Amino acid sequence: MCGAPKQGGVLDGIDLSTQTVIQGSVWHDGDPVAGAYVRLLDETDEFTAEVVTSPEGEFRFFAAPGKWTLRSLAPVGRAERTIAADVGLNETTLAIA
Amino acid sequence: MSRSDVLVTADWAQEHLGDPGLVFVEVDEDTSAYDGGHLEGAVKLDWKKDLQDPLRRDFVGREAFETLLSSRGIGNDDTVILYGGNNNWFAAYAYWYFKLYGHRDVKLIDGGRKKWELDGRPLSKDAHPRPATQYRASEPDLSIRAFRDEVVASIGSKNLIDVRSPDEFSGKILAPAHLPQEMAQKGGHVPTAKNIPWSKAANEDGTFKSDEQLAALYDEQGFDASKPTIAYCRIGERSSHTWFVLRELLGKSDVKNYDGSWVEYGSLVGVPIEK
Repeated sequence: MCGAPKQGGVLDGIDLSTQTVIQGSVWHDGDPVAGAYVRLLDETDEFTAEVVTSPEGEFRFFAAPGKWTLRSLAPVGRAERTIAADVGLNETTLAIA
Repeated sequence: MSRSDVLVTADWAQEHLGDPGLVFVEVDEDTSAYDGGHLEGAVKLDWKKDLQDPLRRDFVGREAFETLLSSRGIGNDDTVILYGGNNNWFAAYAYWYFKLYGHRDVKLIDGGRKKWELDGRPLSKDAHPRPATQYRASEPDLSIRAFRDEVVASIGSKNLIDVRSPDEFSGKILAPAHLPQEMAQKGGHVPTAKNIPWSKAANEDGTFKSDEQLAALYDEQGFDASKPTIAYCRIGERSSHTWFVLRELLGKSDVKNYDGSWVEYGSLVGVPIEK
């Protein structure tokens, strides 16, 4: 129910003609960051969802078309990016400086 | 009731792991987190398998709760220290659930699993079976649980607090955005409900904001302390987080959690909905 499904991986079973999928991975120093907390913030910067990245550093959200901010929090640091999403697959990367 | 009666810090928890009379319990919907590493000595509760009736949409009954806690080695006199993922959503749900069945001493670890991990505190993969107990639960305390008819009857009179995100409140999305958006229920919210997202009560590391910040938050949002309150979300776990804030941290009286929440309300035939 509210527990996040396994992050990343194949898109089998996801209807990209109706779903607005925002997915990507978190990186630091050339390596993916597993176990980072990634949150999705709406246009008013309010929390909409949060997931923990997979062993490959991946995250995935099911949102709606519009402007969204992604913010990652991990012991190695934080990163943030704003994107405009459309119906279908929207891919992005968060790089922790 | 004050903050120190219901909340412990991660530091305190780490210092008291293994103390007799304390049982640390991790509560998640996805228990793979526990299996991958948990607080040393903690037992696990699976939100769905352990706390939901396998057939109907409801709690497990009193006897099943007694059996569950007895088998996990939790006694009536133990202090239960709950924590979990998702910013303690399911731990807060379990807190409310333990209170519903009359457990005397329950606390949350502030920040839950998230703060623990971000702090780099130790996790263990060891299993820790505890000797079985003879747990006795009370009859459910329905003064803290709301059902659908009461919610409908409360429109325009009680504080109805919708703790979902603004986009769920408006009907733009139907579930928290880590889940696919294909749902049977209608989008929107209960008429006259105020949208005070659970997340406004928490810091980014998952800890609760200070009592002063929380009091100011609900004042600003027009919370009327003279009225009874019902909190809801989608399935009742985020609203447990807000129930905990209002009743246990801020000491408000007559606060109920509507665990049927939007999955139930948004599927009811004939009830009013606002968008």
